[in-house]
Amino acid sequence: MFPTILFFIFATVLVGAALGVILSRNPVYSALLLVLCFFNSAVIWVLLDAEFLGIVLVLVYVGAVMVLFLFVVMMLDINLEQLRKDFVGYWPLTVAVAGFVVFAMINVIVVKHLGGAALKTAPAIAADYSNTRDLGVQLFTRYAYPAQVAAVILLVASVAAIVLTLRQRKGGKPQDIAKQVAVRAKDRVRIVKMASEKRP
Amino acid sequence: MISLTYVLALSGILFAIAVAGVFLNRKNIIVLLMCIELMLLAVNFNFVAFSRFRGDIAGQIFVFFILTVAAAEAAIGLAILVVLFRERSSIEVEDLDTLQG
Repeated sequence: MFPTILFFIFATVLVGAALGVILSRNPVYSALLLVLCFFNSAVIWVLLDAEFLGIVLVLVYVGAVMVLFLFVVMMLDINLEQLRKDFVGYWPLTVAVAGFVVFAMINVIVVKHLGGAALKTAPAIAADYSNTRDLGVQLFTRYAYPAQVAAVILLVASVAAIVLTLRQRKGGKPQDIAKQVAVRAKDRVRIVKMASEKRP
Repeated sequence: MISLTYVLALSGILFAIAVAGVFLNRKNIIVLLMCIELMLLAVNFNFVAFSRFRGDIAGQIFVFFILTVAAAEAAIGLAILVVLFRERSSIEVEDLDTLQG
């Protein structure tokens, strides 16, 4: 019973924060409320016995992705007045679409009951079960190839982000490594032969 | 233990809020990207819940990969956004009409 109460508390905060993300006029507030969303989701995932993913959500999303978002929001000089204009223009369509999505999903979940009693109760977990260990074993045995692909995707993404935002400064003096390596002593040092002079 | 129905309902509500956000904030690309992150979070909720209730760790592995791809997507999306702002001094969706689409 107690986990259910906790779940409802955190789910309420999560939905409130998500509404704040989409309704707030200032992107900085949106980003900070999204951080709150991720924290609450992490708690709910831990309640669902996915401890490793809960911690990864906090580390990767709150620690990296949202900081990136905040940096970009603060770096760009956004004209808020312009963005506020006709903010609520399409609200009837918005409410209709969102309401339909909720209606359809609740319909499927509650009315159809998801294949009867098979998923009513979660299987019990042994006292010495380690979620992290199990995930690690699976990830590096059965899912080793997808893990490699994920690593390549991350590498490509980081290289692409750098290449996209790289800017060559005008008047810079970058090194040309090939020229530096190809240079010989006779290009740089000139030996001049001249007669020695008498002391005056 | 939390009922599966509650988690799925929460995930559905979260996804609907994210869809509503895409409609409401059509001018501001940064908030659009945040709404996409919210959608991915809602999908991940489903994976975690079903993984727990079916006793199958594969769902959590999949969440792991979704987190990876989402992080890559956010990095590239924000990089494109920065380049765009440098060129146009604006991040309004309506200004992105170079391709005449």
